[in-house]
Amino acid sequence: MKYMMFVCTDTEPETDESRVPDIDVWVSANDAAGRRVTGNVLAPPSAATTVRVRGGQVLLTDGPFAETKEVIVGFDILECADLDEAIAVAVAHPMAHHGRMELRPYADL
Amino acid sequence: MRPSKPAGEPPSNHPAAALELTKDSFARIVASLIRVTGDWALAEDCAQEAMTAALERWPRDGVPGNPGGWLRTVARNRAIDVLRRAAVEKTKLQEVAMLWDPSQPPAEEIDDDRLRLIFTCCHPALSLEARVALTLRTIAGVPTADIARAFLTTEPTMTRRITRAKSKIAAARIPYRVPTGEALAERLPGVLAVLYLLFTRGYDADGEPAFASEAIRLARLLTALMPAEPEVPSLLALFLLQHSRHDARRDAAGDLVTLEKQDRSRWDRAAIAEGLEILLHTPVEGPYAVQARIAACHATARTFADTDWPSIAGWYDWLAEAQPSPVVALNRAVAHGYAFGPAAGLALLAEARAGGGLDHYPAAIAVEADLVARAGDRPRAAELFRAAAAAASSEVERRALLARAAEAQPGG
Repeated sequence: MKYMMFVCTDTEPETDESRVPDIDVWVSANDAAGRRVTGNVLAPPSAATTVRVRGGQVLLTDGPFAETKEVIVGFDILECADLDEAIAVAVAHPMAHHGRMELRPYADL
Repeated sequence: MRPSKPAGEPPSNHPAAALELTKDSFARIVASLIRVTGDWALAEDCAQEAMTAALERWPRDGVPGNPGGWLRTVARNRAIDVLRRAAVEKTKLQEVAMLWDPSQPPAEEIDDDRLRLIFTCCHPALSLEARVALTLRTIAGVPTADIARAFLTTEPTMTRRITRAKSKIAAARIPYRVPTGEALAERLPGVLAVLYLLFTRGYDADGEPAFASEAIRLARLLTALMPAEPEVPSLLALFLLQHSRHDARRDAAGDLVTLEKQDRSRWDRAAIAEGLEILLHTPVEGPYAVQARIAACHATARTFADTDWPSIAGWYDWLAEAQPSPVVALNRAVAHGYAFGPAAGLALLAEARAGGGLDHYPAAIAVEADLVARAGDRPRAAELFRAAAAAASSEVERRALLARAAEAQPGG
């Protein structure tokens, strides 16, 4: 089962500074276990371009389509047996302690 | 395993009583069919059809010798029919056909299926409301219309909510499994919280009384399946001890009767004995064990005046430390008020209020009113009781509080 894990900042100021995991350890452990298919850190929203086609016209907008305070700062594609395994992988990521993770399963059509 | 009925009671030949007994079958059938087919809708439909067939045929043809086995056979055959029409591969059909085969070793695995189902329905990735609704529907077999009524919503809305929860289980692949080790310790409190919510929904002034019985039944099942987790039997004991007062809590007009004024001869002695027996063998490891011991202090007091308030106050101190909440703070003030005098109670109440934790708890006003009344300031008590009545969330409570106001200050 594949999950897209969005790594986001959080609007709530409270963070968990206890035993924050190391990102390099997280990447190598999940790569080695075959649970991380790919993933990366993303450039800030100021580098984003929003693209739409309306009435045959290409419309480009500078910046992200939604003005939210939470920002997607990275992503990973996970390959896990089930949601519990994906949750365990997310919990072990440092950004779960400072920001928030969103686990979205692939819609297997 | 604990028998589902007290030993010595003969099996009933009455169709309604037999169906009541087979309520356990619903969860068994659903749980096993989900494990084998992975299809929640199919599992529920087939279990429901078996129940409906029983309602039709048992009154006419008599109750079969093995009602649970009869229901399982009907449900299994129905499942095979549906799957065959859907052209499901042969191996799956064989798996379904093997379900509940008397030549296969049964009990253990079937129990595991129900436990799996409980943990799936109570998965923290579902909203708390969805967990309660799903547990009621899938494990307890409560009709969606009844669940909707208890949650003050319409049947179509509740149907959508339950359907959405089931879709998420499938789409996000929420596992159908009992967690082990550390994960079990993390997840069990969530399961118990769902049962507790279910119980209070049944016990609340305006609640659905049948839910309290369902919660007790599920706690019994969970106790039989997880005897090594002390909080599970503790929760069952808590339910039994609280529920023992059920018949004494309302007067003939349907109004709430306070603990102080209840006719204790109407308390269910068998339920109290069962609850106390469980506590004898269960260590205090968590909040349910403590709450059960508080309930036991009430249940064993011959009269209200005989209540062991110092012990109750001590248990509330424990809860306030381990699991602080507005409700605990309030009840702690009440207990200290009885154990050590109204001034002690009012001091704790003031302390809890200073933290701002009681701002949205109208019950705090009623507690203050009671303490003030016992401290001797009756006009002030009456005033507070009236204020509490104005803020009460149910009509039954409002009437009870107005009666207290009149009592504190006759003619006032």
